[in-house]
Amino acid sequence: MDALALARVQFAANITFHILFPAITMGLAWLLVYFKSRYNRTGAEHWLEAYRFWVKVFALSFALGVVSGITMSFQFGTNWPGFMETVGNIAGPLLGYEVLTAFFLEATFLGIMLFGRKRVGNRVHTVATWIVAIGTSMSAFWILALNSWMQTPTGFEMRDGQAFPLSWIEVIFNPSLPYRLVHMMLASGLTAAFLVAGLSAYRHLRGDRSEANRTALRVGVWLAALLIPAQIVAGDLHGLNTFEHQPAKVAAMEGLWDDTEGAPLLLFALPDEEARENRFEIGVPKLASLILTHELDGRVPGLNSFEGEHPPVGAVFFAFRIMVGVGLLMLVVSWCAAWAMRKNRPPGEWLSRTLVAMTFSGWVGTVAGWYVSEIGRQPWLVHGVLRTADAVGPVGAGVISVSLATYLLVYAVLLGAYVSVVFYLASQAAGGEVPRERDRLDNPLQAAEAG
Amino acid sequence: MEYWLPVIFAGLMALSMLVYVVLDGYDLGVGILLNGAGDREKDLMIASIGPFWDANETWLVLGVGLLLVAFPMAHGEILTSLYLPVATMLVGLILRGVAFDFRVKARDPHKPVWNQAFFAGSVLASFAQGYMLGYYITGFETTLAAHGFAFLIGICLLAGYALLGATWLIMKSEGELQRKAVTWARYALWLTALGIAAVSIMTPLVSSRVVEKWFSFPQFILLSQIPAVSAALVLISHFRLKKLAHNGVEGAWIPFAMAVALFVLAFAGLGYSLFPYLIIDRITIWDAAAATESLSFILWGVVISLPAILGYTVFAYRVFWGKTRELSYD
Repeated sequence: MDALALARVQFAANITFHILFPAITMGLAWLLVYFKSRYNRTGAEHWLEAYRFWVKVFALSFALGVVSGITMSFQFGTNWPGFMETVGNIAGPLLGYEVLTAFFLEATFLGIMLFGRKRVGNRVHTVATWIVAIGTSMSAFWILALNSWMQTPTGFEMRDGQAFPLSWIEVIFNPSLPYRLVHMMLASGLTAAFLVAGLSAYRHLRGDRSEANRTALRVGVWLAALLIPAQIVAGDLHGLNTFEHQPAKVAAMEGLWDDTEGAPLLLFALPDEEARENRFEIGVPKLASLILTHELDGRVPGLNSFEGEHPPVGAVFFAFRIMVGVGLLMLVVSWCAAWAMRKNRPPGEWLSRTLVAMTFSGWVGTVAGWYVSEIGRQPWLVHGVLRTADAVGPVGAGVISVSLATYLLVYAVLLGAYVSVVFYLASQAAGGEVPRERDRLDNPLQAAEAG
Repeated sequence: MEYWLPVIFAGLMALSMLVYVVLDGYDLGVGILLNGAGDREKDLMIASIGPFWDANETWLVLGVGLLLVAFPMAHGEILTSLYLPVATMLVGLILRGVAFDFRVKARDPHKPVWNQAFFAGSVLASFAQGYMLGYYITGFETTLAAHGFAFLIGICLLAGYALLGATWLIMKSEGELQRKAVTWARYALWLTALGIAAVSIMTPLVSSRVVEKWFSFPQFILLSQIPAVSAALVLISHFRLKKLAHNGVEGAWIPFAMAVALFVLAFAGLGYSLFPYLIIDRITIWDAAAATESLSFILWGVVISLPAILGYTVFAYRVFWGKTRELSYD
């Protein structure tokens, strides 16, 4: 691979690893606020117990988010100097505001939130929990403002090959920001909800019948069930916004080659970029046109209208289907779970296992969605302004291979460690490292005793 | 404004780098020293930095952020020239940052592994930062001598952070651990002094402009105070630590304050030598600055948020004031 391809793989690897953790902490921070507030209001110990377990998962996730985030900030310079040299006047202040208004806030109050409950008293501790949640969301706001500006740049002019801001309001509140922000915050809420539901179900399977765990499980399931329909609507609106501003991305998502009136919605296909056609197409006639234009025979521009200017089709096409697939799965599982657990019924073994399997489903959906968005932006780094290939730095392929291999190794180890430690924490909370107690689960009498 | 904004931002960048070096310096230092301690002491050492390391590292993000934000036309050359040391530092920071959490949450048999990751990550990151500093001072010359110098500064900054870490521990611990920290500090002090001396000798060798800035009258009279006071600080620290080694507790905060003062002076001297260049004798802050409208927009944010950041940072340090006890989530 050449230096450009390697630099792209490295950036993709870093940002993929990074997003896993903010996706958890943004949502989980607000769940912790909820647990803490319920405890403050009711005085019931199980809310505090739930808080104390989940704050550990939060701390671990936050640490991974911080260190991988630092890596991101340096890679702008080490690998993509052309980015700041061209649009630094816009991107710089947005990143600067993220550091100033969010990073310090969350990092400083995190210490108090994690370790300071006995030192500062309950009120200040609750405030610290709120501030950390606000900080994580502010951080999301600024970075998504920048990302959205890269997708739909407004409020600037080009002079001598450099972008200069004309209106900061238009830069920040660019056309895709509201959709992307809502879509991502909901994605984070869902990621956290399925993590909470999944780990709580795991504790349940291990015989944990505590009030705290039952409560957390219920909260996770209900939150997922409430957020997923909202997410489907938000995703649809985001798609329409993309259709308006980045039609080439949508054409790749739909796998549509020619301009078509009454375009079908493809359920499956194998896009062949050399022949510029699909193989093994299965689709619903006219549905894509209906979704995108609200008319059965609406015109949808195909990839051939953007030849040389459109993203790689296969990756975007499949990432989109994975994201939608995960979303639909989330809908089915969370609603079934909410129904099965109505009126305080405990989850059955099958349901529990399904929830455990779905623990990190939010990661899959979120990452797939970001691949649609970011690969779909190619060949542009900033849509219509700067090509990715023009921003890459002078560092050679050999050097990048070394750093890339190291990062990949570190990330693989850390990801494995994270998942295993999170489940270990859950099994510990469920009562130490007891062997899986199938017998007890199969025997309702003993299960009741254990509760 | 065209003249002053880049100056203001160079000052802010220097300030955040200095705050970073001092704050993350002590917690990296604690990591470097970790293997000198027993198991229970390790827990205490890490507990002493637990509530702070995260925010400390944020100053690095602010520093490099300001480089990106304010001087987009220089950040590329600086960071691509430092590609491998930056990557090394990042891997180090990742390892230690996560080891911090993993070591208390993973299965007990894995704890020593994460302790080692914490140690190795701290060493790697600190050495890489020193290497970057050394290489930066030579103006990114691609000679063997330049890399050799960078290597030396890497070792010395390792010692410098160990000094900050050890004096931090003198302040935050008691008994046996405190006595150990005094010994560590006594060794680290002289290597730190060597590093400062090496940088002071190297900068005028690289640039005749630096010679002129320091050795012309009348400013020489004022400037000569910087090395004089630094030397005095090293000597006083030496005797102070010697005394502490014999009778522990009195004025345990003084060595840390002196180590910080030493770093501030060295930093001020270096800043004076370099100004107004971002890359020595090649790119000035005005050559590399971002557009005035961007700088003034972000300046508002800085003016409003920096005092707040300083305020709540002080608050957080006050919450965890005094000798470190065990850290718990309760």
